[in-house]
Amino acid sequence: MFRPSLSLRGLSLIACSVLAFSMLSTTPANAELTIEITGAGANRIPVAIADFGGEPGSSRALTSVVRGDLEHSGLFRMIDTTGVAITETTSPAYADWKNRGADALAAGSIGPSGDGRQEARFRLYDVTRQAPLGGAAFVTSSAMLRAAGHRIADVIYEKLTGEPGVFSTRIAYVVKSGPALYELHIADSDGQNAQAALKSREPIISPTWSPDGTRLAYVSFENKKPVIYVHSLASGQRIVVANFKGSNSAPAWSPDGRKLAVTLSKDGGSQIFTINADGSGVQRLTTNSGINTEPFFAPDGQTIYFTSDRGGSPQIYRTSLNGGDVQRVTFEGSYNVSPRISADGKTMAFISRRENGFRLAVMDLASRQVQILTDSFKDESPSFAPNSRMILIATEIGGRGVLSAVSVDGRIKQRLSIPAGDVREPAWGPYLR
Amino acid sequence: MKRLIIPTLLALLVAGCSSTPDTAEQTGAPVDSRGANDGKIATVTAGNMDSRKLPPELTDPKNILSKRSVYFDYDKFDIKAEYKDLVAAHAKFLNNNRQFKMLIQGNTDERGSREYNLALGQKRADAIKKQLVLLGAREEQVESVSLGEEKPKNPGQNEAAWAENRRGDMLYSGEF
Repeated sequence: MFRPSLSLRGLSLIACSVLAFSMLSTTPANAELTIEITGAGANRIPVAIADFGGEPGSSRALTSVVRGDLEHSGLFRMIDTTGVAITETTSPAYADWKNRGADALAAGSIGPSGDGRQEARFRLYDVTRQAPLGGAAFVTSSAMLRAAGHRIADVIYEKLTGEPGVFSTRIAYVVKSGPALYELHIADSDGQNAQAALKSREPIISPTWSPDGTRLAYVSFENKKPVIYVHSLASGQRIVVANFKGSNSAPAWSPDGRKLAVTLSKDGGSQIFTINADGSGVQRLTTNSGINTEPFFAPDGQTIYFTSDRGGSPQIYRTSLNGGDVQRVTFEGSYNVSPRISADGKTMAFISRRENGFRLAVMDLASRQVQILTDSFKDESPSFAPNSRMILIATEIGGRGVLSAVSVDGRIKQRLSIPAGDVREPAWGPYLR
Repeated sequence: MKRLIIPTLLALLVAGCSSTPDTAEQTGAPVDSRGANDGKIATVTAGNMDSRKLPPELTDPKNILSKRSVYFDYDKFDIKAEYKDLVAAHAKFLNNNRQFKMLIQGNTDERGSREYNLALGQKRADAIKKQLVLLGAREEQVESVSLGEEKPKNPGQNEAAWAENRRGDMLYSGEF
């Protein structure tokens, strides 16, 4: 592990606003997300990423992933490195890089690892202080070259911002094509390598990652009613977790991955239950007769946030698994729904109706201060990045569903869209283990 | 609890799926061992196509029973006076025809959270079911579920379209 370094002059100012996705390279595929930055941090760190040394094809691919990740995070500005041929073994010419305007420099190479695979190595330097910031090496197969690039970008990101990077994570989302084709896609955080985990003629909603990143829980309407499934991504094996009389929806994993909180209408009304991930051990949590739905586990594994209309309008409440009091959490406005708690437990993202638009909002849970982060009219389904710094939402632009990643301070905005499809129901996966 | 495990051929199964999730009820195409040269073709029906024919009274446009939809106001789930007779007629039919089952699908317009809308659609379906049971349908004859905002009848983004989508549909066995 690297210790985060905040030694670069000026970097601490932006260390708290972080990032996410990166850029599309060249893979031609009809259903891949394209990313566009629509808002960037005020003080982007000038970074020079020298072309990686080694076999030209691999090194070019690797360099473009690292640069793309950092640039599209909205936190970094790429310094031109044209004409420079250096690697991790070259002593950096600090004065030259300072003249080019770089605060930090990374140089590396890719070459045979000895076991038939390749090894990507790099070192990072603080140009201002003229000091090395460390480095790393990742052994990779050619097919996983992009993954190695994301890992390198994660290290650089963490070193320069003090926050873990999420370039190596994956996202899930639903693509609707035409009137009756729904696909649940899994892609890298930069929208690349998209693969369909499920195709259906009927809607798929509310995908959510198991904490270990191997399974997704979701709601599928393939049987003409909402039923909750848990789907193992590697094998494609699916388990029906809840198919009771009435509707079964809104799955949310417990932090230990053993249980789900779900909404069932089997006893009348929409009530929140917990259920084991294999469908056993159903326990009812709410008793209010109205709507109780969208449960979400706080990181303590004991507190459940949820949406209820018990007060006359949809608002967010929280309760304890062991049956404590129900407390109302939102008070401003007449429609506050879809609570999600960041992994650090500090922030709640939710959707709030303001001036007739449904907008992404965040609440600082300590101060209860609310901030509206967008001026959209149709934001939905927020999902935190595992570093708690970015929120992925579905929104609508020109009548078409797109995804947008927004930093918790609202400054950085990225848009992810698929040319021919409606994209919705995003879920940001956990860190890779 | 029913469990479904689909290790492979997932896409095929899902794409063609319109019936129950119970694997025991999923059957393959019949195999005709007499050979293909007698020109016989085995017809395989998918989903509920082969369910019993609905009696004419449910489909005759002049009969109130041919109407199946109850419309709701925004964020509301009470059955408006104009639909009371319709619901009462279906309650009477269910009471007189105990072999029939009904699925009520609640729907909402597209505004707001998908999951909240699912719960709102459930409330609408439950309201219809409650009225049906009150007027003579058997509890076990009727299942109320929600499609939320997922299956809009009218995909438009205006009040007229939304009003069409705030709806509960009463479907009989064979229609879903």
